[in-house]
Amino acid sequence: MDWNLLITQLLNGLQLGLLLFLLASGLTLIFGIMDFINLSHGSFYMIGAYFCGTVVAKTGSFLAGILFGLVGMFAVGALVEWFIARKLYRSDHLDHVLVTFGLILIFDTLVHLIWGAAGMAIPLPDVLNGQLTLGNLVFPVYRLLIILAGLLVAAILFILVTRTRLGMLIRAGASNRTMVEALGININRLFLVVFALGAAMAGLAGMLIAPITEASIGMGNDIIIVAFVVVIVGGIGSVKGAFYAALILGLIDTMSRSYLDVVLSLAMPVTYAETAAPALSSMLIYILMAAVLAFRPQGLFPPAGMK
Amino acid sequence: MTWLPQTISGRVYTAILLILAPAPFIFEWINQPFYLDLLSRALILAIAVVSLNLILGFGGMISLGHAAYIGIGAYCVGIPSYYDYYNGWLHLALALSVSAGFALVTGAISLRTKGVYFIMITMAFSQMVYFTFLSLEEYGADDGLVIYSRSEFPEWLTMDSGTSLYYWIFALLLLSLFFVHRLVHSRFGRVIVGAKFNEQRMQALGFNTYRYRLVCYVISAMMCSLAGMLLGNFTGFISPDMIGWARSGELIFMVIIGGSATFFGPLVGTIAFVLLEEFLSLITVYWHLIFGIMLVALVLFGKGGIHGWLSRLDRKGAGDD
Amino acid sequence: MTEHLLKIRDLNKHFGGIVATDNVNLAVEKGLIHAIIGPNGAGKTTLIAQLSGQVKPDSGEIEFGGHSITGYSTARRAREGLARSFQITSVVMPMTLLQNVMLAVQGTSGHSFRFWAPVSTDSEMASAAMASLAAVGLDDRADRIAANVSHGEQRQLEVAMALAMKPRMLLLDEPMAGMGKEEGAKMVEILNHLKGEMTILLVEHDMDAVFSLADRLSVLVNGHIIATDTVENIRGNHDVQKAYLGDGHA
Repeated sequence: MDWNLLITQLLNGLQLGLLLFLLASGLTLIFGIMDFINLSHGSFYMIGAYFCGTVVAKTGSFLAGILFGLVGMFAVGALVEWFIARKLYRSDHLDHVLVTFGLILIFDTLVHLIWGAAGMAIPLPDVLNGQLTLGNLVFPVYRLLIILAGLLVAAILFILVTRTRLGMLIRAGASNRTMVEALGININRLFLVVFALGAAMAGLAGMLIAPITEASIGMGNDIIIVAFVVVIVGGIGSVKGAFYAALILGLIDTMSRSYLDVVLSLAMPVTYAETAAPALSSMLIYILMAAVLAFRPQGLFPPAGMK
Repeated sequence: MTWLPQTISGRVYTAILLILAPAPFIFEWINQPFYLDLLSRALILAIAVVSLNLILGFGGMISLGHAAYIGIGAYCVGIPSYYDYYNGWLHLALALSVSAGFALVTGAISLRTKGVYFIMITMAFSQMVYFTFLSLEEYGADDGLVIYSRSEFPEWLTMDSGTSLYYWIFALLLLSLFFVHRLVHSRFGRVIVGAKFNEQRMQALGFNTYRYRLVCYVISAMMCSLAGMLLGNFTGFISPDMIGWARSGELIFMVIIGGSATFFGPLVGTIAFVLLEEFLSLITVYWHLIFGIMLVALVLFGKGGIHGWLSRLDRKGAGDD
Repeated sequence: MTEHLLKIRDLNKHFGGIVATDNVNLAVEKGLIHAIIGPNGAGKTTLIAQLSGQVKPDSGEIEFGGHSITGYSTARRAREGLARSFQITSVVMPMTLLQNVMLAVQGTSGHSFRFWAPVSTDSEMASAAMASLAAVGLDDRADRIAANVSHGEQRQLEVAMALAMKPRMLLLDEPMAGMGKEEGAKMVEILNHLKGEMTILLVEHDMDAVFSLADRLSVLVNGHIIATDTVENIRGNHDVQKAYLGDGHA
């Protein structure tokens, strides 16, 4: 039993889960409160990585990259909300799909124009490049950092959503938008903040992963679907749901890629297991989504008050 | 001359069909075979867009996963060919049945949901198809699958040459246009269209809207798989890239350009899209930017796409009231 | 022997802490117009929703035409002969009045898995639809788009659609909602014509209409039926006056 592999994969699953959470939490709130489908959320992931990389290249400081990146992403999110999303809240979902699809094209090409077609590497400071040794087990320090950062953001988000007035408005908006409007709250500002916050978190996810994978054009377009699956499984509008669903799906996805062939070969000849496993492991999260929908179409942890 | 179309839009569409019919001979005469390729590809996509418009435009079911059926249709040609089974009827039967089966299962699950959920679920299922084909090393995975010979049909139905394949495409396109027209005006179509506008009302009238929509979804998937079968034959190369959700997004774009919930919209929209794509990419490598801006502008400012524009011309032509 | 077409037994529904339907027992006699009145918030909408199948009751039975329909879907109840009109107009706005009513005819005449023949050539369906439109006085406007006719005409359309379903019983949820005096009077006339031939359960706020149309009256207060009787007896009932009519009526 290769413990190192097991622990590493568990941590990788946790890391993926937390990155998915960063993406999905903004998405679920935007869907839940504004009923707005934002296909271009993955673009925020990409732009965040590029912002961070640019600042790191200029200043040499990863921390500066993150901080400026967050501020920049908040601004980008606010601009997109102001100029585009806001005009579409009363429109058909189809219009949302089309416009945000168009935004993906626009953002991808703008990134190409500004930063070129090749990806952008983000070098890490030496202190983050090392490895941590515990007995026989070895983990890269940076991956632990990602996990810690993800947990920290989750904690901050939790406090924000449950202990602050803004959080209360967010939760109310997710369950009953018309009532929040009727209470005379400045709904426009609430929407702007939610959107911008979501963009910032998506950007943060991009920034965190970029040192490992490089920032590249269109990097968000595939992971965004997994984020959608997380939102569905967790329940639209529910940050708690997004958290648990993200961790579950992240772990299942990562673990199944390493271990599904082993599991399957308990039930079938090894050669079948080895051909079936890659196909099955890539389908697994979707099968899970279908299963959740069959029995609990509102998701695992829907916001209170929604049926 | 009342048998001639009276409206501007009718005349435009008739003219288009009249030009499309002898197209291979026109292009041969002016020695531009490239345009025949371009047109073939456009008309294949048009079939897919006709099928998408059925559920999306007429039925209000916003599927962001329809490209999966193009992929399924294409692989139903590719995989048998890989094993040297070139029989066209086999390919046809496979494409129709596999797409129907997949649509039945995923549709049964997806159609229990609405709005945002439905859109995301259709996206997710098509990603699932994408990843499945991507992971099948045997059939090329990322590198794709090459087919060395087209689907075999009896000689009078052959699709071996560029021209004969074109007429396969043209015939199936005409059939789909006609079929959708009949379908929408039939009892079945009225339920689908009614459910798009007011599902609650339709249920109160006694219609089990879920069942009707599921059947509609399956019909649409089968039609789309025909496009996939034609595409596989046309390009001779089948890869998972045909399947991603971005492809599905492009299909929706084509529906909208032409005018959703119209009968000829899918045809003109697809031709416009393909021509635009072709010529814009000659101008600049950043043509996606223009496309994206057009899309945003179309939604924020355009009304009804090409058909909407032609209809407005009709109304103006009839005299301003 | 009175035949009861609809029987509601011990119906209960609560939403969280709020009791919307409290042990409701009600029987609607065949051929009569049975009205339900009650102050705002009494639970009339929830009751109708449970009868039409949109809301599932927590407990209790609904019996229609002799057998239980409690588990039936909305569509199935409609096909059984229980037709409903909506308090907030719910028609297919982009379609014409005739197309709307033809849908109603279509829904209760066999299945609609017919893919080929255009509906516009079905003269049988068209004449049935025109007959229903004529019953509410809308046949001269059959080709107008539903979205473009007046609110009152849309309410009449709702009734026409319900009639076109050839139902055994009509469930009318505030058919006069939002109507002016003249339109309201027209609606009362339409409903009066149906007296005797059609069983109707009518929820209404318009007291004049209720008193002139109803054969029997049930009063719903806080989700519970406090009295069911003839119009005169209800008017004289002290509990009802206290709970609802109070000082002067709507």
